Amino acid sequence: MTTETRTRTEELTINMGPQHPSTHGVLRLVVTLDGERVVQVIPDIGYLHSSMEKIAERLTYQQYLPYADRYDYLNAMGNELAYVMAVEKLLGIEPTPRCQFIRVMMAEMNRIASHLVYFATLGNDVGAVSVFLYCFREREAILDLFEAASGQRLLYHYLRIGGLRNDLPDDFCAGLGHFLSYFPSRIDEYDKLLTKNRIFRSRMEGVGHFSAEDALSYGVTGPCLRGCGTDYDIRRADPYCVYPQLDFTVPTFEECDAMARHLVRQEEMRQSVRILQQCLEMLPEGDVSVKVPRRIKPDPGEAYARVESPRGELGCYIVSDGSEKPYRLHWRAPSFYNLQAYPVMCKDAWVADLVAILGSVDIVLGDVDR
Amino acid sequence: MSLLSQISNWLRLTAEGLCQRWGIPLLFVDLLAWMVAVAVIIGLVLLIVLIFVYLERKVSGYIQTRLGPMRVGPIGIFQTAMDALKLLIKEDIVPRGADKILHTLGPILFFVAAMLGYVVIPWDDKAIIAKYVDLNIGILYVTAVGSVGIIGIIMGGWGSNNKWSLLGAIRSAAQMISYEVPMLLAIICVVMQAESMSLGRIVTGQQGAYLSGWYCWRPWLWLPLILFFIAATAEVNRVPFDIPEAESELVAGYHTEYSGMKFALFFLAEYANVFVVGLIGATLFFGGWLSPLGHPDPLHIPGFFWLMAKAFAIVIFLMWIRWTLPRLRVDQLMALAWKLLLPAGFLAIFIVAVVLLYI
Repeated sequence: MTTETRTRTEELTINMGPQHPSTHGVLRLVVTLDGERVVQVIPDIGYLHSSMEKIAERLTYQQYLPYADRYDYLNAMGNELAYVMAVEKLLGIEPTPRCQFIRVMMAEMNRIASHLVYFATLGNDVGAVSVFLYCFREREAILDLFEAASGQRLLYHYLRIGGLRNDLPDDFCAGLGHFLSYFPSRIDEYDKLLTKNRIFRSRMEGVGHFSAEDALSYGVTGPCLRGCGTDYDIRRADPYCVYPQLDFTVPTFEECDAMARHLVRQEEMRQSVRILQQCLEMLPEGDVSVKVPRRIKPDPGEAYARVESPRGELGCYIVSDGSEKPYRLHWRAPSFYNLQAYPVMCKDAWVADLVAILGSVDIVLGDVDR
Repeated sequence: MSLLSQISNWLRLTAEGLCQRWGIPLLFVDLLAWMVAVAVIIGLVLLIVLIFVYLERKVSGYIQTRLGPMRVGPIGIFQTAMDALKLLIKEDIVPRGADKILHTLGPILFFVAAMLGYVVIPWDDKAIIAKYVDLNIGILYVTAVGSVGIIGIIMGGWGSNNKWSLLGAIRSAAQMISYEVPMLLAIICVVMQAESMSLGRIVTGQQGAYLSGWYCWRPWLWLPLILFFIAATAEVNRVPFDIPEAESELVAGYHTEYSGMKFALFFLAEYANVFVVGLIGATLFFGGWLSPLGHPDPLHIPGFFWLMAKAFAIVIFLMWIRWTLPRLRVDQLMALAWKLLLPAGFLAIFIVAVVLLYI
């Protein structure tokens, strides 16, 4: 072969995002392509950075609470829970049992809502557009319940240091019971429609492979880690609230691919339904709040509280200098760590796999950038 | 239909009389008639496409537990017309660094190619258009002009000076060329059965009591039927084969950089192409204009109506698929075309040949 007649090919560098239909917010991916194959992916983050941690240093402990809602906006209840738990640790407050149950219920409902958004956007990413609207229909029921309890549909500001804003409204438990009665059959429906679809499986199975060792070394947690066969769930590993009293399983899958992560989330929704049913049965009567001084001035020290968010280990670290305001606050945001593993998963992927893998990692850009 | 032909005859005679009076060659009348015919087709096609787009939005709405367009006109029937109007008056943006000529030519070529397919559709046993051009190679013509559209897509994708457009255009070319092969193989089976490539002859070959003569009832044509619809869905870039414009991957594929009327041309032509699939599918397998009530139709319903009904039924089936299934990946798409559909196409030809020879 003579060198003159050989076709010259070049790698193509392409900008995916920050304005792209499937970057789940404002993520920019600098993708190097060889034809349709991906050579390299570099996530460029920071478009949503809003100094969430620095802001905490200027606000009192109560004033910061609404900010906790705002960064992982799909898991607002979980964020509040992590923050509130950290402050309560600093103060040495133990909330009432009823409060603990309601907090767990809210966190689990939020987990279902968040996984539904994951299902919806993943369906959209792989081309099954209708799934998007079905999932949002179910999510609507949860948001209605949240609205009944807190008056808000996305950023609830429902949890308080030492308790809750208010007790549950009267018809809340009946409404939740109704939702739990039909929701499992809806999961089965999506199972048939999407998860068992041959095209969907061929898009997800064997795609975005990364090993459990990689996952641990990158600090990946949540469904992404459990999709690698590692049984690690904060609700089990470091139980908080009333999780020790509840009976649920932590689903794990060994395949390490996008499908495994998808199946973990699907199973987690079923487990959340189980948890919620138990909570409804066991929900004790009583106060929801304990007496907390109006001016919160914890003793100097530090506290770290972590919860299992729908995306992984969500930690809140607070250092107190004895004043009304935190000296330093840090969020251990699961999406941030999970996104770091994304380039590893995209090794030898096709362009179409990029969006499927990104969907299966399920990042929230507010969580990444804070 | 008789009223229509009376009017056209009268128009023709008048025109011929005028020509004789003014000393213009009679060829001019023929030309004029052709132009009228073309204008009628384009008008008709655009009307159908508008209805079709509206229907798609409504059907997808019902599939997705929502209502679809409701605001413009009663139950939103003027929505697509207004959208088309909006696209007409929108600014036409040509990106910096784009190849202006190709950028403009692409959508025009794609649109013209889509329109050309309609010329040979036998709307009726004595429809105006079909009388002029019941080509003896009608079906070959349809596939031939159908593949011209790819050039328009590549022009648009390359001329846009956008990497997403380029990727979409290349995918589109690969896909359409690949799926033409199994589609033609499926069509060949029907041609063997009908012993003609003329669409009119293919339809008349399906005459029988009620709908018993339709080719879709013959078991040896079932495989071609399935092959045709899979390949045709891929030809017109619809889910699960919509990778050239896969929104979540390539933004909008080859028409990412198009706006205003040029985008509308792409958009309308795409829907026009889908409708051609419905029409050709109805013609090849479901008796074309033939009435399922008997021949001639006891209720005097024009064949045009039956063809439309069948085509819309097929198109709604395609919509149903589109709003249900996920999308294939580009390598899986190619594997499906070359490793599965192509051998299946040869098998289908073999089966049909054996059946026609020995049974």
